[in-house]
Amino acid sequence: MKVIEVKKLVKEYTDAELIVKAINGVDLTFDEGEFTVIVGPSGSGKTTLLNLMGGLDAPTAGEVIINDTRINDLKGNRLIDFRLHNIGFVFQAYNLIPVLTAGENIEFIMELQGRSRDERRRRSTELLNAVGLSDRINSRPSKLSGGQQQRVAVARALASRPRFILADEPTANLDSVSTENLLDIMEKLNQEEKMTFIFSTHDARVVKKAHRVITLEDGMVLSDVRI
Amino acid sequence: MIWAVAWRNIWRNKGRSNVIIAAIAIGIFAGVFIWAFYNGMVAQRVQSAIITESSHLQIHHPEYLVNPDQKFFLERSDSMATTLDSLPGVKAVSRRILVNAMISSAETGSGIKVFAIDPVEERRVTNIGDKISEGTYLEGRKTPIVIGEKLAEKLSVGLRSRLVLTLQMMDGTLTSGLFRVSGIYRTSNTMYDEANVFVRRSDLVSLINIDSNACHEIAVLLDNNELLNQASGHIKEMFPGKDVKTWRELMPEVSLIEKNMDVYMYFFMIIVLAALIFGIINTMLMAVLERVKELGMLMAVGMNKMRVFRMIVLETVMLSITGGVIGIIIANVLVLVFNKRGIDLSLFAEGIEKMGYESIVYPVPDLGMTFTVAFMVLLTGIAAAIYPALRAVRLKPAEALHMDN
Repeated sequence: MKVIEVKKLVKEYTDAELIVKAINGVDLTFDEGEFTVIVGPSGSGKTTLLNLMGGLDAPTAGEVIINDTRINDLKGNRLIDFRLHNIGFVFQAYNLIPVLTAGENIEFIMELQGRSRDERRRRSTELLNAVGLSDRINSRPSKLSGGQQQRVAVARALASRPRFILADEPTANLDSVSTENLLDIMEKLNQEEKMTFIFSTHDARVVKKAHRVITLEDGMVLSDVRI
Repeated sequence: MIWAVAWRNIWRNKGRSNVIIAAIAIGIFAGVFIWAFYNGMVAQRVQSAIITESSHLQIHHPEYLVNPDQKFFLERSDSMATTLDSLPGVKAVSRRILVNAMISSAETGSGIKVFAIDPVEERRVTNIGDKISEGTYLEGRKTPIVIGEKLAEKLSVGLRSRLVLTLQMMDGTLTSGLFRVSGIYRTSNTMYDEANVFVRRSDLVSLINIDSNACHEIAVLLDNNELLNQASGHIKEMFPGKDVKTWRELMPEVSLIEKNMDVYMYFFMIIVLAALIFGIINTMLMAVLERVKELGMLMAVGMNKMRVFRMIVLETVMLSITGGVIGIIIANVLVLVFNKRGIDLSLFAEGIEKMGYESIVYPVPDLGMTFTVAFMVLLTGIAAAIYPALRAVRLKPAEALHMDN
């Protein structure tokens, strides 16, 4: 079942009257339960593609369809609400809310969705268990290691029960042990919950776990290999 | 949870938040305290104007206030006084014969206004009897006179000094009378003290040859100031040919101060808050600009613009209210302390008393004013939040996430 469909996607930036094509006519389809990695050199358009698929940026041309919704047509708060209910994000720099505890960071997303307090509590505990941080539920991000923060970020991304998770270089700031830990957790969630993961990365360890590797260069798909 | 986030965000940079909270607290403290101070000062001025000078109401011959000639007197004032005294809400009544005169000591002279009164009646209406700093209030066998301290200084006289009053008799001829200083009074209004003297009515009746039942002024003291308009209307109906005036009409300058004080204080508070608003905007703008990445993340994961706006407004309002509440509490505690002890302004007494104000001021706490100030602080917080909140919601998540703050 198709989760995301990207059709003839183009993203241009104008830099001192010079038009730069960050994404140049990309066509891709992602199915439910895929564990996909997007690789390519710096400036190849990985982050731009993820931003376009996540509705964080608007394309110059082409379209992004998520579960039959053309997200190019959504604007402002409708687009934000769509992201809230359909897309989970994991960022390179973790980006947790520093004034909230690990548990509260996870609950916060569910509160935005209007979930009840009991449901929020239950799910945040469940997710922290899943990422192996049940004992750090009351710790603030500043008291957690980089790897632990990224695991909380994964739990937060899952909290809203999204259709898929976009992870922009999630292991870039992690040491090898933390990276292995995080990838094991994500692989487990992918297998057990059929969660769709789409990564952008330079990290060979991430590529090793992938079911599909898409290589970008100069904003175009150079290869799309299913393993 | 958004409330918790907003509250905790304030304390992310404790130093910066404490500085702006202290600035708000000091500004609000100054506003509330000065408001209470002027409240007290004006209340004392009004009280003194009523109790010492005019009473609540005065009744005159219709021509008298336009042309204060002795011939414009009230006839049968004793029966008027009896009727007035029996009215509900009327505390006391005093009849006065008023004459402009020249007062002379061995050294010099001065123009003054003579209040010829019955000391027993007058004591019930005004508190001049309690303001005697030396001597007694019109006691003594020989034509006693009570003069103000300022006038005594001017005439270089003291107790038992002899003074000559030169005034007009009812037929227009001039006459003189010898009086002996039985008492010297001191009110908070030095101009009043310099211009008014008190003698016994019986002494003046024989001196100027006026009917013993006549008077120029009947002063009426009410149970309280709230009865003013009602009593005034009632008395006007009872004595249609007479000129009935309230203290507000008799002393419009005092009434104006009382009425306009709140307006002045609102302006003062608006200036204080306008100065603070820039500090608050600056603080919140810094708070937003150093959290660009975080705000971008919040919008990326699904916090809509309205919620982001609300969070920044909440933070600003909480910051403002924290400072405001601290300022209000400190101000009200000090107001309560000084309400009992008074603030001694004797160093500036001469200037203050010339304007009719007391040199010891008792600030008056005012719950309504406190709520008004709290509301103004709330509005200031909301107004100060708008610009930083707009800056926050205008962020584009994709760009904000890649900024280094």
